Amino acid sequence: MCLGVPMQVKTISADLAICEIDGVQREASLMMLDNVQVGDYVLIHAGFAIEKIDEVEAQLTLEVLRAALDAGSLPE
Amino acid sequence: MDDIILLGHGSGGTLSHRLLDELIVPLLCGVGPRDQNDSAVLAPVHGRLAFTTDSYVVDPLFFPGGDIGSLSVYGTVNDLAMAGARPLCISVGLILEEGLAVVELEKVLQSLRAAADRCRVRIVTGDTKVVPRGKADRMFINTAGIGVLEHTLDIKGSGARPGDRVLINGPFGDHGMAVLAFREGLALTAPIVSDCAPLHERVHDLVTELGGAVHVLRDPTRGGVATTLKEIARQSDVAIAIDEAALPVSPAVAGACAILGLDPLYIANEGKLLACVAPAAAAAALAIMHRHARTGAPGPAVIGEVLGERGGKVRMRTAIGGLRAIEMLAGEQLPRIC
Amino acid sequence: MNLFAPFRDPELAHGQLAAIRRALANYPGTLTLMEVCGTHTMSICQHGLRSLLPDQIQLISGPGCPVCVTPVGYVDHSVALARRPGTIIATFGDMVRVPGSTSSLQREQAGGGTVKVVYSPLDAVALAEKHPDQTVIFLGVGFETTAPATAGAVITARRKDLHNFMVLCAHKTIPMAMGVLASDPEFQVDGYLCPAHVSAVIGGDAYQALVEQCRVPCVITGFEPLDILQGVLMLARQIVDGAARVEIQYRRVVKPQGNRKAQALLKEVFEPGDAHWRGIGRIPGSGLRLRADYAAFDAAVQFPVPVEPAREHADCRCGDVLKGKVRPRDCPLFRSVCTPEAPVGACMVSSEGTCAAEYKFG
Repeated sequence: MCLGVPMQVKTISADLAICEIDGVQREASLMMLDNVQVGDYVLIHAGFAIEKIDEVEAQLTLEVLRAALDAGSLPE
Repeated sequence: MDDIILLGHGSGGTLSHRLLDELIVPLLCGVGPRDQNDSAVLAPVHGRLAFTTDSYVVDPLFFPGGDIGSLSVYGTVNDLAMAGARPLCISVGLILEEGLAVVELEKVLQSLRAAADRCRVRIVTGDTKVVPRGKADRMFINTAGIGVLEHTLDIKGSGARPGDRVLINGPFGDHGMAVLAFREGLALTAPIVSDCAPLHERVHDLVTELGGAVHVLRDPTRGGVATTLKEIARQSDVAIAIDEAALPVSPAVAGACAILGLDPLYIANEGKLLACVAPAAAAAALAIMHRHARTGAPGPAVIGEVLGERGGKVRMRTAIGGLRAIEMLAGEQLPRIC
Repeated sequence: MNLFAPFRDPELAHGQLAAIRRALANYPGTLTLMEVCGTHTMSICQHGLRSLLPDQIQLISGPGCPVCVTPVGYVDHSVALARRPGTIIATFGDMVRVPGSTSSLQREQAGGGTVKVVYSPLDAVALAEKHPDQTVIFLGVGFETTAPATAGAVITARRKDLHNFMVLCAHKTIPMAMGVLASDPEFQVDGYLCPAHVSAVIGGDAYQALVEQCRVPCVITGFEPLDILQGVLMLARQIVDGAARVEIQYRRVVKPQGNRKAQALLKEVFEPGDAHWRGIGRIPGSGLRLRADYAAFDAAVQFPVPVEPAREHADCRCGDVLKGKVRPRDCPLFRSVCTPEAPVGACMVSSEGTCAAEYKFG
């Protein structure tokens, strides 16, 4: 039920956006977000975009994950 | 010919005969009135016979990649193929809802006939009933099919042996998602297309070229790949281990499943084949499957292995390296997928 | 940006698992970590994460499935409304098969009622527009991820001047329930994996009070397997250090202050009320109800209907399962009587329920 799918905004018309992932498109309401641009990645839940996905933070998280790999002992 | 099906078309009287003579018989088998009897008499065949029956209630009648007509032929042919049989002939029983547009019936029958011709299968007998409005959702089809085993192999669900490799002939989840996406009006940049297709030619090649190395052939229809693997494991009293990283799923199907919270492993297929083959024959089996595969899609793959452990368990190594039990589809199925 | 593949990378997973083992190298005890979100329950099972974690770490599920904590009385209430002539019940799929005292929405549908599965409350609003002669009642079930969507739908319905769209509200808020669990002297949980998308709305700061009062570490964790492993690592480190802080693992989506606009939608349409959590009992202030201003959209106010007295199976252990006290296999009904095809309790019916997950994934 918390099914939130990350999708990319393709078109915006007033309060509604058409978002896409892997060729599947969904309309979503932008009532909960400000300053959404075409090309942004957003989290869609129950027909609404509930938050933007921060690409910079995503990269930082991946870097931390990669650092753990480099820092660690070899896996068993 | 009227433009809609009436109750009278099922009564056995003149209206019925008109429907048969002007539409159904010419489209399905072209047999003249002199040769229409209560049953079809077939020439003797050499070899064991395979016999199957199925009913088709798919909603909607027409979907990307197929329709109830082609589905009913391929489904029957594929059931016969899973025993390694060459399909010979089928029966077609139609249950039509009063009010069905004749134009739609015509399209379905044309598609059915084209599918039968493609499989070189004759439609030798049939039946037509009409039920009142509301008693059958436009059209239901029942088929029975007869095929001949031109070999002495025993290919069956209980035939899996420890060490066998498990193969699938292409990406799965397409049929169920094509129907569901179409029904739900899911907007797609390119439609997901059903994999509805006959499998008997690749089965023929597998059996002819690999013989007794082919132990199990099953087509994962309702319940999906997971349920069929579980059935094989139970019937054969073995365990099966599969590798998530090896499972072929097209991005569009994966995306649609993610949106709808579904798992492709449990989605119906209509053109997929799971094979358990002796390990030495796995590479050759894969090559045979590649010969018949669609280009551009994720291809046929070895997805796992049969283990010596008893008890019918199916396990999957997940993409992240974890271990997860695979059970049969339980609970809600996608309704009216086939 | 590929948002899935890197967070499912097996090599990165190895790195996290090694880091977890290093963090626990000198720690003698076991760690019991609870997640309180059905999507976490599912993701852990789907990716086989328990098989990868060291035995020292126990992952248990809490009351994170909103359908599972919905009281039987609510189902009975929906059933009663479904029997009202001229009514369409619009609901998320999971609610359709939940057994009530004597019936379910699925049974009502089979008996001539109109029950439509929707993916969004906005679909329910669209149904109301399409059928002006019918009343559409949307079943508002879900935590803070979903409640703003219901609020958005109510506001949309008001803007469109619709008089045939209503909500039967059973929305709940999660931090208070987490506090009640953590205050229970029998509660043996060392850390919380906090829900990702609830937290996207309410923000990391929303767990501050819980951490201060109950001294239990809280890490807000995403749903991808690498997110969960990283979240477990962060909890492990806090526990070993004896710390109790709120941390955000899921930084690409969750901010300390959360989504202010979504919170404003919630405040506009809802106010806090008491809520009954199946298996836990009444938790004051943990529910949401429609404000008086929006009473016209409240199905409970607009259509008082007699609701049958709630009855639950005497042997059903959903309550203890939801509190993480027992595992599904410890319930006498699990698998023998209670199955996904014939569910007795909500934990089995909902696809995210702890019992359904254990049944499906072993």
